[in-house]
Amino acid sequence: MSDVILDVEDLTVSFHLKRGVLTAVNGNSFQVQRGETFGLVGESGSGKSVTARAIMRLIRTPPGQTSGRISFDGDSLFDLTEKEMQDIRGRKIAMVFQEPMSALNPVFTVGSMIDDVLRTNLGMTKGEARERTIELLRMVGIPSPESRVNSYVHEFSGGMRQRVMLAMALSCDPTFLIADEPTTALDVTIQATILELISSMIERFNMSLLFITHNLGVVAHACDKIGVMYASHLVELGDKEEIFEKPQHPYTVGLLNSIPRMDVTEKWLTPIDGYVCNMLEPPAGCKFNPRCPHAMDICREQIPEWKEIAPGHFSACHLHSMS
Amino acid sequence: MAEAMLEVTDLHKHFTLHGDLVSRLAGKTQTLKAVDGISFRIESGETLGLVGESGCGKSTTGRLITRLVEPSSGDIRLKGEDVLQFEGKKLLESRKAMQLVFQDPYSSLNPRKTIMQILERPLEIHNLAENWTTKRERVLELLNLVGLGREHVDRYPHEFSGGQRQRIAIARALAVDPEFIIGDEPVSALDVSVQAQILNLFRELQEKFSLTYLFIAHDLSVVRHISDRVAVMYVGKIVELGPASEIFANPQHPYTSALMAAVPEADPKKPAPRLTLQGELATPIDPPPGCRLNGRCPKATPECGEITPPLLEQAPGHFVACHNI
Repeated sequence: MSDVILDVEDLTVSFHLKRGVLTAVNGNSFQVQRGETFGLVGESGSGKSVTARAIMRLIRTPPGQTSGRISFDGDSLFDLTEKEMQDIRGRKIAMVFQEPMSALNPVFTVGSMIDDVLRTNLGMTKGEARERTIELLRMVGIPSPESRVNSYVHEFSGGMRQRVMLAMALSCDPTFLIADEPTTALDVTIQATILELISSMIERFNMSLLFITHNLGVVAHACDKIGVMYASHLVELGDKEEIFEKPQHPYTVGLLNSIPRMDVTEKWLTPIDGYVCNMLEPPAGCKFNPRCPHAMDICREQIPEWKEIAPGHFSACHLHSMS
Repeated sequence: MAEAMLEVTDLHKHFTLHGDLVSRLAGKTQTLKAVDGISFRIESGETLGLVGESGCGKSTTGRLITRLVEPSSGDIRLKGEDVLQFEGKKLLESRKAMQLVFQDPYSSLNPRKTIMQILERPLEIHNLAENWTTKRERVLELLNLVGLGREHVDRYPHEFSGGQRQRIAIARALAVDPEFIIGDEPVSALDVSVQAQILNLFRELQEKFSLTYLFIAHDLSVVRHISDRVAVMYVGKIVELGPASEIFANPQHPYTSALMAAVPEADPKKPAPRLTLQGELATPIDPPPGCRLNGRCPKATPECGEITPPLLEQAPGHFVACHNI
């Protein structure tokens, strides 16, 4: 068994819209090792969620168009039939979404939804499934699961709903979990408990995690490795410590400088100038060049190469070829 | 003591919930105590940060002060004048002194109006421009203040990004030359790189026009950054109030410390976020007597379930509502 569980190579996802072609993910490659927690960070519209959906093969074609290669645990996902992919979704790769209220069905009890997953995927009987569902709900910290199993989604608080989602995701004992902004809609105190729960589940089930978030504080604590995305490109990737202590790409540096900190009391923050480009008409060359303090002529012409600048630390910036 | 820009005393807002038909027929109603007896003052030129989790009553507080929602009881004074007595013309005038910036720049700007129309409206309402030329000049001046330009004036809101829209919303608030601005989560919907721009803009404008801010937010690091003093709210009550530096360095109330411990800081060397309280947020519907944190608090004593702790001054300017400090 190889150590790489997810290998994404040259992944490109574009959408053919009436207004033009929108490339949401642009030739990105990264790997997730077995047992690793990989954080994909970036601002809204940078392509992080589309990356997750592409891995699950949930991009509707047309208007979407996917190219590249994704191999998961030896299987090349884009070569599988829909039926084979169906077996991977839920059973091997599970997903937790940001908004549990819209990801869960309001007209079924949470118990019946999780029962359904167990019966379809694992062929359990009604009785077995219910027993397992209660066990799962207990495991994710829902108090008195025997009675809560018959509640509807709206009867749960935001944090509890996210626990239900997690119980459902874990129901078929997946090896890989994709969490797409799972704590963004939650208050910080609830966020802290959900993050704790996710990491304890990862450890307990020996899963790998792809964690998608815009919150640098969350990745700093929830992930081993971090990939930073900007306007469809992966711009930097490396171990958490490297990224936070020695960020190399000007965007990562800018992002880290923009965050107000609780222990630093500077009067002015250092924002990144300008705004994210229009993805229907992106600038030529490096997408970050209009906002970059170091932009040179070459940045406006060529897309920078993805380079390993230190062992395991990759970045795509023309500055790296200068020095 | 000099006259405060804003003085709020024992402000309450209780909503009556009628529930379903059965409970209505039985004459049973519940009371949601969104804001339950809060008092604070904001000095001229300072920024008070109001922080708390969803449902704690922080936004309602902002709306009560501007009288978008009428309080159940209490007293609000803007530069010594009783805001709750304002009616008609006087109320309109008070809004010239006091403006709001909302969280979501997508829903706070009318999509069918151009930026010019959006920004000239307050000038028309308050008769601040004599003719078309002065109006247009003033609008351009406002855009300039918030870092936008002449080329933006005839565009529609959908042509702007979230950060630019928030700049427009700020320009609209500035149009009437207010002294006091309430920001209700004005940077929460923005990406961090743009959030920093807008926070700097708030600072810049404050220095330029000696503005007073009530800055409502749930993000502690944002509040830390922008505020001179901070009030922490929990389920309708202020539990701690004091200078920002004091509160963050030396939080006294168990809820404040819990909130701070739960924030994931963007530094892997900092301790991981954790929750030091038990259970979930208490409900503001018919809350039991005593401290609202009772039941979740690690320091709780029997007294906490009986008597609501008053907000007392523990150190100069630092107020805490807790029986056990």
